[in-house]
Amino acid sequence: MHRTDKIRTVKIKKVNREAIDITTLYFEDETVRTGEPGQYIMVWVPGDDEVPMSISGIDEDGLSSITVRKVGITSETLDAMQPGDRIGIRGPYGNSYDVIGESPLIVAGGSGTASLLPLVKAFKSKGVTPTFILGGRSADNLLFEDELLELLGEKLVISTDDGSMGFNGYASGYAALLMDENHYDQVYTCGPELMMAKVFQETERRDIPTQASLERYVKCAVGICGNCAIGPYRVCKDGPVFNTEMLREVREEFGISHMDASGKNVRVNH
Amino acid sequence: MNAAGVLGMSPAILKRVYDSGAGAVVTKSLGPEPRKGHPNPTFIRVEGGAINAMGLPNPGAEYFVDEIKELKEMGVPVVASFFGGSVQEFADVAYTLSRAGADALELNASCPNVAKEMGMLAADATNIEKVTQAVKDETKLPVFVKLSSNVTNIKSIAKAAEWGGADAITAVNTVKAMAIDINMRRPILHNVTGGLSGPAIKPIALRCVWDIAQAVDIPIIGSGGITTGEDAVEFMLAGASVLEVGTAVMTHGFEVYKGINDGIAVYMEENGFKEVKEVVGLAQNR
Repeated sequence: MHRTDKIRTVKIKKVNREAIDITTLYFEDETVRTGEPGQYIMVWVPGDDEVPMSISGIDEDGLSSITVRKVGITSETLDAMQPGDRIGIRGPYGNSYDVIGESPLIVAGGSGTASLLPLVKAFKSKGVTPTFILGGRSADNLLFEDELLELLGEKLVISTDDGSMGFNGYASGYAALLMDENHYDQVYTCGPELMMAKVFQETERRDIPTQASLERYVKCAVGICGNCAIGPYRVCKDGPVFNTEMLREVREEFGISHMDASGKNVRVNH
Repeated sequence: MNAAGVLGMSPAILKRVYDSGAGAVVTKSLGPEPRKGHPNPTFIRVEGGAINAMGLPNPGAEYFVDEIKELKEMGVPVVASFFGGSVQEFADVAYTLSRAGADALELNASCPNVAKEMGMLAADATNIEKVTQAVKDETKLPVFVKLSSNVTNIKSIAKAAEWGGADAITAVNTVKAMAIDINMRRPILHNVTGGLSGPAIKPIALRCVWDIAQAVDIPIIGSGGITTGEDAVEFMLAGASVLEVGTAVMTHGFEVYKGINDGIAVYMEENGFKEVKEVVGLAQNR
């Protein structure tokens, strides 16, 4: 059996508070170190739950990280973690972003920024500096702003829903404006599904290849239970990164409905 | 076919299973009411397979009626797996699923991960006959009864299902098991115990099929760790005429169905068999 699927108990080595409700937890694991931008791990908090989390940092001085936004019991437990506390992890799982293009545009919303930071670093190591829209509800909710600024300089632009910083409005709206003014050969997006669906609408209108990282209720993470299905795909195994072709195939569900724990289709509401 | 509980949550995924080479598809086990199932961890890979304790998550039989219709419209033969909390509930759900247009029903009498009245009904011969009979009274469809290996005498249970009117026996469901994390010093699965599947249970499942073949005259659907054409042929030689494949999707992807089909074809060709029925139960005539 490959080590990927085995639960490893890792100690939290370092904690970084990114925003009021967002925290990055650093840990050491030789298998996660081999992960690719866009992949995720299953994080086990004994007694609470096991949840899929994007890898937000890959092998930085030997450490990897996840970035957690407080949304429920499990994320609250993770948010309160201190160095020395332990979590169980398995993975990395899923496909990854295809790092292609000379002039990419990246559209990040809220905690979706977590999976896009490693993508930016992958581009930088290829000598490409992508344009990056960092979106959030307000100036207090922007993730990795300082680190992104250092990596991207003026290629980093900000949009906030309440207009407290940067562009006043949704990141998807800002993306549409930028796409009108500039040429992009690949668009990447991760964040609230309604935002990503809007971004995809805009890129389809302009015929720009797109990669979006989707989220569903993941249970097995190895592609056999089917609970994370969208169209003919399993988000846990065929995804989480969906390219234009895949997004077109799931257009009846993407941004519209998802399966809950029981397998019932419910409306996507954020 | 895919084993129940594997990839059976939505029509589009089941269509993909069918397109991959399965002769028919089996839905997730459907009950009278929507169930969320157990919290995660519900699944953990172990040496030789995986242990799961999903806890019968399903949107309810009534909800799935449209999904079955959708599959039928796409030309996919559908076996609806189902369960209930009482004899009456089993019968009611069977009725609902028959109306939906399923081609056959698989009575899940052996889920190891839920309360006894719902799951391990199959441990008792009297109950299994009663529930099979009640279901058969509500439907004209073929009814397959899925059994557990976690019983003292699987022959008598299978016989009881046959007496109740079962059209086939599916053998077997997952085998009760668990895993402990030594660093956390606690069971990994939220439900503590779960069902073991995959190559680790293949010899157990094979023995069950062998025993059942000696006890009943109805067809047997073999299930448990089948991954290759060779595995499939073993089950056929023991007495299975249909096979369900689940955990192998974890290691081999959707391609596993075609791989098994091809493997069976090669075996038949090399050994001069023309039809599957020539192979079924052949090892029993030793």
